[in-house]
Amino acid sequence: MTAAPSQLATVNLASTAWMLVATALVLMMTPALGLFYAGLVRAKNTLNTFMMAAGALGVVTVAWALLGYSLAFGKGNGFIGNTTYVALDHVGFAPRAGTEIPQLVFFCFEAVFCIITAALICGAVVERMRYGAFLLFMVIWSLAVYPVLAHWVWGGGWLESHGVLDFAGGVPVEMGSGFSALAAALAVGPRKDYGRQALLPHNTVYALLGAGLLWFGWFGFNGGSGYTVGNPGTLAFTNTLLAPACTLVVWFLLDLVRDRRITAVGAATAIVVGCVAITPACGYVSPTWAMLLGGLAALPSYALIVWRPRTRLDETLDVLAAHGLAGMTGILFIGFFAQLVWNGKANGLFYGHPKQLLWQFIAAVVGPAYAFTVTFVCMKVVGLVIPLRASDRDQALGLDVVEHGEEAYTSGEGAILVPPEELVGEGLAG
Amino acid sequence: MKLIIGIVRPEKANDVLEALYRADVRGVSISRIQGHGGELDRVETYRGTTVKMELAEKVRFEIAVSDPFVEPTIEALRQGAHTGEVGDGKIFVLPLERAVRIRTGDTDEDAVTPVGG
Repeated sequence: MTAAPSQLATVNLASTAWMLVATALVLMMTPALGLFYAGLVRAKNTLNTFMMAAGALGVVTVAWALLGYSLAFGKGNGFIGNTTYVALDHVGFAPRAGTEIPQLVFFCFEAVFCIITAALICGAVVERMRYGAFLLFMVIWSLAVYPVLAHWVWGGGWLESHGVLDFAGGVPVEMGSGFSALAAALAVGPRKDYGRQALLPHNTVYALLGAGLLWFGWFGFNGGSGYTVGNPGTLAFTNTLLAPACTLVVWFLLDLVRDRRITAVGAATAIVVGCVAITPACGYVSPTWAMLLGGLAALPSYALIVWRPRTRLDETLDVLAAHGLAGMTGILFIGFFAQLVWNGKANGLFYGHPKQLLWQFIAAVVGPAYAFTVTFVCMKVVGLVIPLRASDRDQALGLDVVEHGEEAYTSGEGAILVPPEELVGEGLAG
Repeated sequence: MKLIIGIVRPEKANDVLEALYRADVRGVSISRIQGHGGELDRVETYRGTTVKMELAEKVRFEIAVSDPFVEPTIEALRQGAHTGEVGDGKIFVLPLERAVRIRTGDTDEDAVTPVGG
């Protein structure tokens, strides 16, 4: 049993060392996500898809340092933080209140969370959204949506003060990205050929490798969310191994029942779904219950992934199913199976505390509603400045060449070197 | 009996296949090729190196048909591959001297007529 975290006067060096490593692990998840997504799109959009994730490393980090962190973790009110930490003001070596690590490390750890969450949304709009528009969207989103949700559950906001448990980001990261993705897909509209042609993954090895690297990084994501090497970190780490393994096994069974074959894209998806589901719950439920959660989480996500392509909704890489729905499963699961003896904070319904489930349910309704609504507005605002969609012609050519002037799989055949003087003289710009 | 060669944009290949299917043309071979037919060069930059991509990706259809199918096949290729922009491709029609179906030894018209089609 662990004591509830209290304000400590000094920094714990062991925990700080672990949090430095955990932060780097989480940073790696963004390029891993880029690889996962790039494998799932057509060859002509490989780079563009990867660059959407890579773009978050730049623009979101800047937005987070200048304002986002303060909005999420400044004291503020129940809804949003304040401007205390704008541009890293007052963020130094002293421990962050309630933790035993320097606030600078805390800032970095939370920054990499915001980066990957913004990047996750691109899965809904790949292969047709213009790159500049998506970058601008991520900046606005990482100031208007993510910090608010993070404040609610971690920054002293209203959900936290009502006892909602969210260890590593079921509300801001998983449901936040999943339901934002739904809104983004609706705002941008389907790809030109969606529903008319088969639009298939071009390199499933990328998808599997990306998912594997995501799982690897998730040990830092979940294992670091206790901000300590103590019991919460250990429990979260263990559950991050167990839950996705169970999701994989159940996913294999579902694949077998449905098509008598176990698929690689399915395996990659299952890893992500399992990691997502355990994210909010990893520090609050026993390892045994974590295994149940991993298995259970496969069911709703699998169903949505099978059903969604039959609709007109081109939420291209199923961010809603893999993140929104799996995150919701995890948030609600805490309400049933949280155990005081494991987490030192609260029991769930099965251990005599039904109110926990009520508040987990409220978080599972209000979080997605906020993410969906504000994201839709964000997209419409961006659309006023830059057109959101690439033209049909550009979509046909592929966004790698159109947006970036590069190709993922160029052979070099037929490429004629343009000497610099000719470049200026002819004014060749693209 | 003719051999029809169609060179089209890769992104229109599915539309061409669909149009051929509608026209009851069944036997098709496809290859990915690179070519240049007067369209504008794409300019790409890799670090400091700027290049003009002279060759564009195309898809080449080869379809052997009996005489009554020549016009429907050409029409299907045109309709499926057309965007109106430079680079839509070409169709070539060649006389075909002989055709043999390997499995049965059928020759000529029989060989280019799909079984049970």
